[in-house]
Amino acid sequence: MMRPLLLKGGRVIDPSRGFDQPADVLIQDGKIAAVKAGLGAPDGAEVRDVRGQVVAPGLVDLHVHLREPGNEDVETIATGARAAAAGGFSAVCAMPNTDPVTDNQAAVGFIVRQSARAALTRVYPIGAISVGQRGERLSEFGEMVGAGAVAVSDDGRPVVSSHLMRTALEYARTFEIPVADHCEDPTLAAGGVMHEGLVSTRLGLKGIPAAAEEIMVERDILLAQLTGGHVHLCHVSTRGSVELIRRAKEQGIRVTAEVTPHHLTLTDHACETYDTHAKMNPPLREAADIAALRQGLKDGVIDCIASDHAPHAYDAKEAAFDDAPFGIIGLETAFGVAHTELVLNGVLTLPELIARMSSAPAATFRLPGGTLQPGAPADVVVLDTTTRWTVQPAVLLSKSRNTPFAGRALTGRAALTLVGGAIVHQAEAPQGP
Amino acid sequence: MTAALGKDLVGLERLSPEQIRLILDTAEPFKEVSERPIKKVPALRGKTIVNLFFEASTRTRISFEFAEKRLSADTVNVAASGSAVQKGETLVDTARNLEAMRIDMVVIRHPSSGAAEFLGNRIRSNVVNAGDGKHEHPTQALLDLLTIRDKHGKIAGLKVCLVGDVLHSRVARSNIWGLSKLGAEVGVCGPDTLMPRGIEDLGVCRFRRIEEAIEWADVLNVLRLQLERMEMGFIPSVREYYRVFGVTLERLERAPRALTIMHPGPMNRGVEIDSRVADGPHSVILDQVTNGVAVRMAVLYLLAGGRPELADAAKRGTE
Repeated sequence: MMRPLLLKGGRVIDPSRGFDQPADVLIQDGKIAAVKAGLGAPDGAEVRDVRGQVVAPGLVDLHVHLREPGNEDVETIATGARAAAAGGFSAVCAMPNTDPVTDNQAAVGFIVRQSARAALTRVYPIGAISVGQRGERLSEFGEMVGAGAVAVSDDGRPVVSSHLMRTALEYARTFEIPVADHCEDPTLAAGGVMHEGLVSTRLGLKGIPAAAEEIMVERDILLAQLTGGHVHLCHVSTRGSVELIRRAKEQGIRVTAEVTPHHLTLTDHACETYDTHAKMNPPLREAADIAALRQGLKDGVIDCIASDHAPHAYDAKEAAFDDAPFGIIGLETAFGVAHTELVLNGVLTLPELIARMSSAPAATFRLPGGTLQPGAPADVVVLDTTTRWTVQPAVLLSKSRNTPFAGRALTGRAALTLVGGAIVHQAEAPQGP
Repeated sequence: MTAALGKDLVGLERLSPEQIRLILDTAEPFKEVSERPIKKVPALRGKTIVNLFFEASTRTRISFEFAEKRLSADTVNVAASGSAVQKGETLVDTARNLEAMRIDMVVIRHPSSGAAEFLGNRIRSNVVNAGDGKHEHPTQALLDLLTIRDKHGKIAGLKVCLVGDVLHSRVARSNIWGLSKLGAEVGVCGPDTLMPRGIEDLGVCRFRRIEEAIEWADVLNVLRLQLERMEMGFIPSVREYYRVFGVTLERLERAPRALTIMHPGPMNRGVEIDSRVADGPHSVILDQVTNGVAVRMAVLYLLAGGRPELADAAKRGTE
């Protein structure tokens, strides 16, 4: 029997109920028991003083790559869940581009079991849209959902065939799951390694034009309209995409979207030294794109922040820009980067950021969590929004080190992460100044 | 002793106009070395240079090798085919292995943009970029600048147009930086399919018709059209390219002045350039090749720590 836990004196922010005031949070039997000022501690309860800190629903990340099965040297479900816990996440959704591909109920069940064994941040599997992610034949959505899949996606690859995308959106309706698409026209993006613009021209690197994403965003919107299915657009990166999604939402089309912390904060100038840690797909764009993405996030046109945590071996990134793989890790820096760059710069309020990282993503994929409603599972994060820390790749808990934020000073981190009432992460006490 | 240029020569984008002029001025005394019966000075005696060519090259590799040998350096050529590279060794491993053999300089040609900078950041030896992907080919642009200066007595104020496949051309990028830093006006001419995005933002004039470029320019630098571009769909056919963009005698005869004609080679006669133009009286294409050796001698000499004012003395070493 778990001891009751009383988080005393924090600022409680629960965007699911529009709640933002000083209060105590009582956790009992793995559930939120009460949220109220001046709660007394029940017998045997552990009391934690969280004055000066923020108590919020545990963060939810709809887009991570945990590399298991197939590439366990780089990340496993356990190490990924450990990194997620340290980042304040109580739930993450694992993309199916593993080896073998997570495209059947047995593979989905494996992830569920590995997640349970790790007993850290919850890892929800996303099943593949097509068998082997080959873009040909639908995989068995029904059986995968039965085994625990929460969405389907061929992420890492776009769904090239419009017919397949249409069928996926239609078939997914039976199971009420979203179809998440990596929007990229492969003929326009072919061979591209960064954003197409003045910087790519100077560096002599092949560019990926914004249109490569926007064409597929618009196609997916049209297919969502045609089918009534729910399309979720992964890692939106251009101002054009934001406008297309804005118009689609105004028309009531079932489209949701996510944006990564790096697309909200870095531009293609980060590629200027051929730094392969600035190589990701979609690529880092321009300042005007960042401005539109931030506005879209504020307005709710973009529903949530997702990390697109993509671990790679250190020596894979130690290569010429053309030869390095796409992707960076992000679980342990997501909140710090977003808080420092968006909240402290006045783009979002803290409750808005928490909404975009907890209640909104949970609602987008219809996951439990993302709320401090009494009776809900006690997936909770205590956020320290004042401590300044420096990103040191060597001490990250992910197995990989490929971050463009190395050396960056950030303000804000998870002090305590709870999953079902159990402590899965506890930051060391901040060093006094 | 490497302050004049820094440790590496990666590209002209990061060089100052003074540094570019220094290289050109240092090349002047080295020109004469190649005219002697005994074409050798002791400036780099005892230095070890590796020519690391991950891409096929005849002209550039031979030009570097002559430059090195005429400066008395010990040189080794490594070509990608048949070497460890072909066996899957990574660039960083190749670099570390070379470094472990205590070499002084690496001349690198690589198909990936940024490879020279990547190497330069990871080894202590001097690195000279002999062409990296579509990024830069600084010694080619330097020899182009030297050739223009020889022919016109100046660079500032001249109008130089790069004609053809600017999109895939490292020669074009290095020329744009070098020419604009020395005060020339730079034009580019070719179909939009072969122009990189944002090229105008580099401060160049954009021409879509070769006739307009010819009317505007004092110098045409005609880029090689790689025939695989046609297969990739950037242009419909070589035949049409020549008809629309070819630098022909008829087009040049209509120009208001005699244009200097340059080409970095190897030429596709009858594709981007008319044979009568390439072999004509205003062509300086072979002067470019001659100047290539002198410019590369200057670059190697300066990177090795040679003092520019001593280049004359270094040259006299064997007299």
